[in-house]
Amino acid sequence: MGEGLRDIWVYLAASPLLALTLTLAAYQTGFWIYRKGRLNPLLNPVLIAVVVLVAILIVTDTSYATYFEGAQFVHFLLGPATVALALPLYRQIERVRKSALAITVSLLAGSLTAIASAVGIAWAFGASDEILVSLAPKSVTAPVAMGISEQLGGLPSLTAVLVILTGILGAALGPLLLNLLRVKDMAARGLAIGTASHGIGTARALQVSEVAGAFSGLAMGLNALATAILLPLLWNWLL
Amino acid sequence: MIFHLTLIFACQLAGELLKAGLDLPVPGPVIGMVILFAGLVVRGGIPDGLAKVGDAFLGNLSLLFVPAGVGVMLHIALIGEQALAITLALIGSTLATIAVTALVMSFLGRGGQAEKTDG
Repeated sequence: MGEGLRDIWVYLAASPLLALTLTLAAYQTGFWIYRKGRLNPLLNPVLIAVVVLVAILIVTDTSYATYFEGAQFVHFLLGPATVALALPLYRQIERVRKSALAITVSLLAGSLTAIASAVGIAWAFGASDEILVSLAPKSVTAPVAMGISEQLGGLPSLTAVLVILTGILGAALGPLLLNLLRVKDMAARGLAIGTASHGIGTARALQVSEVAGAFSGLAMGLNALATAILLPLLWNWLL
Repeated sequence: MIFHLTLIFACQLAGELLKAGLDLPVPGPVIGMVILFAGLVVRGGIPDGLAKVGDAFLGNLSLLFVPAGVGVMLHIALIGEQALAITLALIGSTLATIAVTALVMSFLGRGGQAEKTDG
């Protein structure tokens, strides 16, 4: 790099605009690859964007704190986006009324299974407390999971990545497992995928069936709420 | 549009205030979500403007967790040390959650259908 170029780089790196633009561009790239790959869950746009951005930061020797000065403007919108999750939840209100008991019981069973099995398996294989807390809300949609993780002393950024990986796993393996278990009811399939793998699973369920997609979206919203209430209580009780 | 954007921010703010005031364990934005949901139930519908603003957020939801995801670079060493535990927990727990939820729901759902055909 010549002197002039380096001066420009130093100037740009100090302004939030560069990190902000890079974040949007990396996500666009990820989304383009995802679409080219026919929405294959393994080509998750967030995962691609994260890998691209981490590579850029390491190569240019930029700290995460510097990057976040710009990226925080995107990050901030997670809060209002979480509030907006009330809309899809409200759109499913008729379905909830019709089979409220079955949905409540299966959702609580799934929510507790998600927490207990993640923490239990990781604990059995010697994971540290920090990892356990960061893993516990992994089935919940990212903005809520990160809030829970932060509150209980976990690492929100690690939780974000674990949430995405969980979504990809659920979207990729969920339909196969459900076929194996011979669950044919689209409501049950959707509810299961949404409880375990939030929005990424819901996107996949929507491709298969509208009913499965609706129940998956419903499960995503309800599990966010259930975990946000249950996990801190369980955690304080266990410690 | 600005009105409904303000409404969403106000719900979040109310959520944060309630959380701090009552020392609730639930994240502020989740309380905000409950407040907005309750408002929709009371009103009996979603205003057009709110649907536009809300869906703009939700349509690009995954973009919003990119900055936090990049923060994983701070924990690469920690993840490397415990990669086995993390991998097994993610795969095992995801499969267990899907199986339990689906089996309970199809069991209870079948019960409900049987009642209908009996009655």
